[in-house]
Amino acid sequence: MKKTLMGNHAVAVGAKLAKVDVVAAYPITPQTQSVELIAEMQAKGEFKGRYIKVESEHSAMAALIGAAIAGARTFTSTSSQGLAYMHEMLHWAAGSRLPIVMADVNRGLGAPWILWSDQSDTLSQRDTGWMQWYCADNQEVLDSILLAYRVSEQLCIPCMIILDGFTLSHTYEPVDIPAQEKVDEFLPPYKPMAAIDIDKPATVGSLPSSKDYFRIKRRQAIDMDKIEGVFDRSVEEFASIFGRRYGLTEGYRCSDAETIMVMAGAVATTAKEAVDQLRQEGKKAGLLYLRSFRPFPTKQLKGYAKPGVRFAVLDRSYSQGHHGIIFEEMKSALYTCNPRPGIYGFVAGLGGGDITVELLKEMWAEADAGKPGADETVWLEEAR
Amino acid sequence: MPRLEGDPNQFEAIKLSTRSMSEVHTGNWRSLKPAIDHSKCTNCMICWKYCPEACVQIATGSPVIDMNYCKGCGICAFECPTKCISMNADAGL
Amino acid sequence: MRMETKMLDIRFHGRGGQGTVLAAKMLSDAILRGGKGECMAIPEFGVERRGAPVRAYARISSTKVRVRSKIYDPDIVVLLDPALATSENITEGLKPTGTLLINTDHKREELAKRWPGVRILCIPARAIALAHGLGPAASPVVNTAILGAMCAAFELASLQDVTGAVRDSVPWQVEENIAAAVDAYEMMRKEMGHAKT
Repeated sequence: MKKTLMGNHAVAVGAKLAKVDVVAAYPITPQTQSVELIAEMQAKGEFKGRYIKVESEHSAMAALIGAAIAGARTFTSTSSQGLAYMHEMLHWAAGSRLPIVMADVNRGLGAPWILWSDQSDTLSQRDTGWMQWYCADNQEVLDSILLAYRVSEQLCIPCMIILDGFTLSHTYEPVDIPAQEKVDEFLPPYKPMAAIDIDKPATVGSLPSSKDYFRIKRRQAIDMDKIEGVFDRSVEEFASIFGRRYGLTEGYRCSDAETIMVMAGAVATTAKEAVDQLRQEGKKAGLLYLRSFRPFPTKQLKGYAKPGVRFAVLDRSYSQGHHGIIFEEMKSALYTCNPRPGIYGFVAGLGGGDITVELLKEMWAEADAGKPGADETVWLEEAR
Repeated sequence: MPRLEGDPNQFEAIKLSTRSMSEVHTGNWRSLKPAIDHSKCTNCMICWKYCPEACVQIATGSPVIDMNYCKGCGICAFECPTKCISMNADAGL
Repeated sequence: MRMETKMLDIRFHGRGGQGTVLAAKMLSDAILRGGKGECMAIPEFGVERRGAPVRAYARISSTKVRVRSKIYDPDIVVLLDPALATSENITEGLKPTGTLLINTDHKREELAKRWPGVRILCIPARAIALAHGLGPAASPVVNTAILGAMCAAFELASLQDVTGAVRDSVPWQVEENIAAAVDAYEMMRKEMGHAKT
């Protein structure tokens, strides 16, 4: 059934359909309506899980860690400063191998104080051991939550579903809401790898030897490497039930493209329009949409790096002292390509700056002409 | 050209906000405008006391509403014991 | 329904508390119900306070809407509160072929001088809303009347789809809101019929 949903409500409906056992959350703009709707659905009896009101995001994640260790399917959502405050607990969740799923509504980080979207908050959590999937529309937000539980619970790796603040969170568009029976068919109840049991007392995460710690981290790494296979198999099942298919990356008009724009998030749908317009002008433009940032889909990206192809990478974050984060990750992933492709870095839309079709076409043209230096970041600003 | 223009060395590193709230002319939030019928007004100052925007001036002894800040909430008209304040459409077309 | 136009860009000017964003959402919903196109409703968030000027955008297309940026050159500007015209340039970027739809008791002839060369449509949405008890006189909730008027004026959705969208979207006073949308829809349809002759 198609309904007009804002991204925040797609988040809440996704969590309800996934039959989450425990939600613990703290409200923050622009995430607020996602947890408000879950609370409302719980009050009406439509959502059967527990809703724990907490005093901070740090506590929200701590509560979910406890619930997940006890074998519950868990969910939260946050944004920006809230995610930053959760940082310590993010490592704790991933290291404890708890398949917690969280939505993060992208918003810039202070200072100065900012409410609008960019990817600084999530990309700052790159090394916490969480999967990071970026969404391009509200359908993808809902679907990704279901897919996330399917993948996370098979590998015991937590997953962050990321949607742009306001651009998706507050924007209404048609979303196909799947029937509960179909979701149940796709998503079996959670069976934890190791749940604590009141009759057999044990602790999780207590001090190991350095040797054990080292091996636990190695196991975490090797399981992270298995995501691609598990993701692909899960997507096949998803597609057979719901008729929609997702990849860790998605190429648009890339087969004969000479210069390919690379980006994550909702700006990708605007970029499709930019690619179509460039194509109409006879230019060989393509779009590579990075759905998964962690794991970084190096193998798939290499498939696009045919000889002579150039990449124009759009970052909505900046690592001070280096460059845009996705730009650097792309360079790292494609370093072993022979010949090595031209990769150009652009930063735009920090703190919610508008990214228009015109801006994207200009970015494409600069990269296509090979204008920026290899170690240069080009800062683009919407002129209007 | 969307390339960020100008010398970044000249961009402000820290932006101090010196703006006073008095510079925010909340009068444009108003869709109804209060009018005082001074022939009925007893200068009791209840409107001055209740105005949440503190935009009723009484320096002259009788109330004058500062339209730069009046949001048109109508609390003054509601509280006025002699009902001498009317709220009128402020279409401005 | 006239959906052969590939894209239609609409910009709403209203105030916090008038239901400006919800007007865009209901439009999106009504168009989805019609099944002939899609509409993306995009709010612009700044000062979320009652009375403060707010904007929202709606992009309508016969296919999936992809562009997510703000609307700088609208085909239609909808003014939910006429008093905003004194502090904002509400026709900024409006296409030469565009239309300005205003919530006002005035007739369009009376406003021609205010916006020379602009096609103007008027709907007394404030009066309609107050007649159905929607909101206090200081800030009437005009969004459902505006929705009805615009769907009739630009043939965006049927009356049935408008009432369906209102029923599904408004949090309270459902029947009153539907009545306001219907009144405005009928009034605008008559007005448009008159304009054609």
